[in-house]
Amino acid sequence: MYEIRFHGRGGQGAVTASKILAMAAFLENKWVTSFPFFGTERRGAPVTAFTRIDDQKIELRSQIYEPDAIIVLDRSLMKIVNVTEGLKSDGILVVNGKSGNLAETSRYRIGFVDATSIALRNGLGDPSHPIVNTAILGAFAKVSNIVSIESIKTATAEMAPSRKKENVNAVQEAYEETELN
Amino acid sequence: MESIQASRRIMTGNEAVATGVKLSRVKVISAYPITPQTTIVEELAEMVANGELDSKFIEVESEHSALASVIASELSGARSFTASSSHGILYMHENLHWASGMRAPLVMSVVNRAIGPPWNIWSEQTDTFNQRDTGWLQIYCESNQEAMDSVLLGYKIAENKSILLPVMNMLDAFTLSHTSEPVEIRSERTAYDYLGDLDLDFKLDFKNPGGYGSLLGPDGPFMEMKKDMRDSMYNSIKLIKREISNFNDQFEANLPGLTENFMMEDADYALITTGAISSTAKYTVRKLRAQGLKTGLIRLFFYRPFPGDDILKAVRGLKGLGVVERNVSYGQRGPTYEDVVSSLYGKADVPVRNYVVGLGGRDIRVKDYEKMFENLVETDGGMEWINVGVT
Repeated sequence: MYEIRFHGRGGQGAVTASKILAMAAFLENKWVTSFPFFGTERRGAPVTAFTRIDDQKIELRSQIYEPDAIIVLDRSLMKIVNVTEGLKSDGILVVNGKSGNLAETSRYRIGFVDATSIALRNGLGDPSHPIVNTAILGAFAKVSNIVSIESIKTATAEMAPSRKKENVNAVQEAYEETELN
Repeated sequence: MESIQASRRIMTGNEAVATGVKLSRVKVISAYPITPQTTIVEELAEMVANGELDSKFIEVESEHSALASVIASELSGARSFTASSSHGILYMHENLHWASGMRAPLVMSVVNRAIGPPWNIWSEQTDTFNQRDTGWLQIYCESNQEAMDSVLLGYKIAENKSILLPVMNMLDAFTLSHTSEPVEIRSERTAYDYLGDLDLDFKLDFKNPGGYGSLLGPDGPFMEMKKDMRDSMYNSIKLIKREISNFNDQFEANLPGLTENFMMEDADYALITTGAISSTAKYTVRKLRAQGLKTGLIRLFFYRPFPGDDILKAVRGLKGLGVVERNVSYGQRGPTYEDVVSSLYGKADVPVRNYVVGLGGRDIRVKDYEKMFENLVETDGGMEWINVGVT
């Protein structure tokens, strides 16, 4: 079983990202679950979402405490939330941001992508509320080999509520622009 | 390898319920939104608005009125549906008795959520355990598949003329309601063949006026009517088993009986659970079995009627049984514990313990179930509140 935890802020689309990733794995004939943990829902508040992927039906329904991968939609969260808590020692970390000094997390396989710029140049959200969820999944496909970029694009096209083409472009551009540590 | 995606779609528990309602060709829907049930109502309103579902959607100002509306429409012969949660169910409480007493074969989906104060929107089953004496059958779902299937099954059972009692099917807040997972969509044709049309012998009819629920004195058949409800509920156990078996045949489905016995054949220690928390319990049972401890699980798919005889059969030979409650009762042990002990009294010599877990959405983890099994093995009696900071 492969477990992914998303950290974002309300409005950035972390919950939708967890669903699109589940759908992408489902398209590759995997069993999946995805679910959010809502605090008190409001724009800007930290939001956590989860995706599980397995070859067999998934029984575990608790939250994910020792993920294989962590996806951070908003780098500023890393100052207030210990986003890498429980991440497996050979785990994957995907961060929305230009590559920089992340000394404390350097033992992980890390992918950086400027998902905010990619989202904005594709018309997804606006500068105060960029919708980075689809771009960040392109980065995840680059860093991991859990789900193919093609499946993520197909799932994005199916599930994006609007601007399907722009969202699929954002996935592809992020895939190409992701920098690995 | 099985093709998982060929016949399935990814959907949340709330979407699965709405699809079950559509497959049941419900004619009247009335509901008042409340987190985390809201997306059921939104989905159904959309289906009605875009013509996908030929149904009348009655907007109301409260849950009390929502249930009153669908009691009336159901009794006029139109298959009807409502959904609610938490304080919405509490506000409906009076009408829950009206629905069962008037023998309205409704189905209502309830997303289990804690009751305040303190205010809390997360998962807990106290809201519907508080309704166990209202004459409604109660089904607790473990998966989104069951959330869809139990709507169809619910109408089939409710509308059985030997039963004629309303059914509520439950989903854990967020753990099912907002969790996306693969669900097999039942075919519309098979659903129609299975369920047919609502056929009531007595209904509200302007051309043939009659009364429902009028005053009956102490000598009138009031007590006899209550006994008839109680008998219908008890006798439904046999009919439910038959209907589940028919359901599984027709849909090639895999619903359990009123209970599901998981690795119980040679078990020494077992837990009893209801709802989606059963899945993590099964995961724990497998894990402990791999370590050599013979564990098992009894899941209550139905809580009313209470499948006491099925539990009695399943617990034979056990060295310890733990009843897990995701609800809270004050001044006595948990309701499931009381029901289990009452069913086993004088018939089975099994030590039974009670565990209270997951109130207000507190996550229930594998290590919590491990703690419960450890407690059973150590025969350290008494009620246990699991994973609680205060003792």
